[in-house]
Amino acid sequence: MRILLNGKAAEIEAATLAMALAELGYDDRLVATALNRDFVPADERAATILNEGDRIEVLSPMQGG
Amino acid sequence: MELYGRSFASRLMLGTAQYPSPAILAEAVTASGAGIVTVSLRREAGIERAGEAFWSLIRDLGVAVLPNTAGCHSVREAVTTAKMAREVFGTSWIKLEVIGEADTLQPDLFGLVEAARILTEDGFDVLPYTTEDLVAAERLLEAGCRVLMPWGAPIGSARGLNNVYGLRAMRAHFPDVPLIVDAGIGLPSHAAAAMELGYDGILLNTAVARAGDPAAMARAFAQAIEAGRLGFEAGPMEARDMAAPSTPVFGKAALA
Repeated sequence: MRILLNGKAAEIEAATLAMALAELGYDDRLVATALNRDFVPADERAATILNEGDRIEVLSPMQGG
Repeated sequence: MELYGRSFASRLMLGTAQYPSPAILAEAVTASGAGIVTVSLRREAGIERAGEAFWSLIRDLGVAVLPNTAGCHSVREAVTTAKMAREVFGTSWIKLEVIGEADTLQPDLFGLVEAARILTEDGFDVLPYTTEDLVAAERLLEAGCRVLMPWGAPIGSARGLNNVYGLRAMRAHFPDVPLIVDAGIGLPSHAAAAMELGYDGILLNTAVARAGDPAAMARAFAQAIEAGRLGFEAGPMEARDMAAPSTPVFGKAALA
């Protein structure tokens, strides 16, 4: 299915957010996730079902002021 | 300085962005003596590990981290970002920014109060980036904030304290609330001036990161903040309009 990952279109097989992260190469990364603008805690990713057109944000630590 | 029940030897909080290199950032943090550094969250491409490398560098410095919601323009964005930051950085502290205006990066005080209320109810310790507006400050305290961070001047502008009168009024109005001047500081003298007003601390980034020698500038700020605080505690004299001779007039020889 087609999703938007960090603003870019991506085609994935995964059915859940956890599977999508593994498929997209984030599985062992320190990241926080949001689905359609709402935060999804790490322990809820496996139970979070994805749908066509979902917008996923995957964020990691960055310099800040 | 005590913030949300935690004590810090230094009154300086340092941003981690815009340094020429990670090594210079680390040097500057060490030279500054800061006990708290600000960090952020951004999109990470799957193949890079830039975020983890940065986070590992910060953890090695042994300082507390204060994640921000920089760049957020709505309550929803800021709240979601704060929750994501809490999970990644493992802290309930959040520097809450809800930006309302693009040219000045002035906080949207209405959105700020709303977001602060949502986050404090969710267990966050909120450090709001605000202005010197006393009414907004009252509302932020009512919303559960225990620290206020008014701007000195627009973020990154290096203009110093734009509204000394307003900052002085804020200090007088909230004698027991930790107040941090956040943003707009360009020179060590700006930081010293804020400390002389009785502010509890300074949060700055660009002035150190963009200095010719960031580590030296970090040291300069540390000394200015210490000097300003000591000056405040020592009880500065009142300014007056007319001269008053400091050398005694009594006993002066008649040589004229």
